[in-house]
Amino acid sequence: MFQPRNAIEDPRIVRIGAVAIAALFIALNLVLPLLVVFSEALSSGLHAALEALKDPDAWSAIRLTLLVAAIAVPANLIFGLAASWAITKFDFMGKSLLVTLIDIPFSVSPVVSGLIYVLMFGMQGWLGPWLRDHDIRIIFALPGIVLATIFVTFPFVARELIPLMSDQGRDEEEAAVSLGASGLSTFWRVTLPNIKWGLLYGVLLCNARAMGEFGAVSVVSGHIRGLTNTMPLHVEVLYNDYQYVGAFVVASLLALLALVTLLVKSFLEWRYADEIAAAHRH
Amino acid sequence: MSLVVESVAKNFDRFAALNGVSLSVPKGSFLALLGPSGSGKTTLLRILGGLEFADVGRVQFDGEEWLPLPARERRAGFVFQQYALFRHMTVAKNIAFGLEVRSRAKRPPRAEINRRVQELLSLVQLDGLGKRYPSQLSGGQRQRVALARALAIEPRMLLLDEPFGALDAKVRKDLRVWLRKLHNAMGITTIFVTHDQEEALQVADLVAVMNQGRIEQIATPAELRSNPATPFVAEFLAESLPRAAAQPAPNVVNLR
Repeated sequence: MFQPRNAIEDPRIVRIGAVAIAALFIALNLVLPLLVVFSEALSSGLHAALEALKDPDAWSAIRLTLLVAAIAVPANLIFGLAASWAITKFDFMGKSLLVTLIDIPFSVSPVVSGLIYVLMFGMQGWLGPWLRDHDIRIIFALPGIVLATIFVTFPFVARELIPLMSDQGRDEEEAAVSLGASGLSTFWRVTLPNIKWGLLYGVLLCNARAMGEFGAVSVVSGHIRGLTNTMPLHVEVLYNDYQYVGAFVVASLLALLALVTLLVKSFLEWRYADEIAAAHRH
Repeated sequence: MSLVVESVAKNFDRFAALNGVSLSVPKGSFLALLGPSGSGKTTLLRILGGLEFADVGRVQFDGEEWLPLPARERRAGFVFQQYALFRHMTVAKNIAFGLEVRSRAKRPPRAEINRRVQELLSLVQLDGLGKRYPSQLSGGQRQRVALARALAIEPRMLLLDEPFGALDAKVRKDLRVWLRKLHNAMGITTIFVTHDQEEALQVADLVAVMNQGRIEQIATPAELRSNPATPFVAEFLAESLPRAAAQPAPNVVNLR
């Protein structure tokens, strides 16, 4: 009875089946857990939830998380931009090695990356005695948390930009130089405007991960309440203390930050769809 | 002699792209670099434009040592096969680019830049399209924008890298004729890379036939046709003969 409308169309049963499997999977694995987090947070009423937020340790965790993201994200923005610019616009020795190295944080377990910093900067680590003598604290303090977060979120910006920039090639930069533009002026007027959307996605993803990182930060933080606990760590502390409402309230906040990030991304994609398409086309 | 290239050589890894190329052409001439792919013609063009660097050799242009000059100081208008227009800028902004990046002291005033852009738009027959983006133009239109952009800096030489290679046959022919007229009017030393024999012979004053990083022969189109210097030149030009024969000679009546 059915008449396929285009060449690659599959029978209706296959289409419905595929959509149903995808929808069911998303509902079970993504939507349901998120709903549970929010409903648990509100299980004792809105008042109790707001009370839990007034806890000074919770506030300190929120502030620390935002501070860490505010340092780690710009750092990785600059690094990611520099790395993808170098990799896609210039030829140099060891280029493929650099590309491989950028991916290390994706393949190494976050716990291991946390341990690396403890081994380097911890009391028993290589630089431990020297740091102690100069009264510099890295492990169990803000610098360690920032370092671990930077390590884990290292590849996001570069991974977003490298395919985009190598796709765009070097022609426009060469044209700019032949028209008399300096290197810096070429970067600001030609390279950066061409990649701004990719860069923004990279930064948003990087930010979401920076705020949510648990493993690596857990190793270097020392879990000092009100001092070195980030939001994800604070959730664990509260949960282990049987303070379920508090744990789920902080977890909801964390989830909300991630959702806002995704909403901003979708909104920008929708608002600037034409411009984004133009940057890929030529 | 205004453009003098002396024994320029260039290697990529172990592959020799240019094997000691020498040529000299008068100022204001229209030179075509003709050859199969891999013959080194684009490499030579990019060296002249400052986008690639010669391993050895020297180039003099207008009495000046050319190779030590950085690309941005050569004022060599470069036109790319894939246009290389700035995709996030309007056509007018593309054309104005070379003027707007000049240092404050050398930059013409806003009104003067706008006037020049309008002038160039009508020169390349794109009046009224200044507000469009490159992605809203056809291939032939884009290439004319690229040419206008290169002309905006009042280039000392014009370098064209297979400028019509991505266009269909009809547009190619129209643009070729138009480019020749433009050259006649402006007299800028123009170097044109192509692998299309017919195109080179029709448009240029001088044709340098290149093969494996060397120049096999440099001569006028008529001289090349009547007196090919090497078997390679004869064979390479012969491939275009069926099409060349289709053009009516002055004393032949063409019957259709």
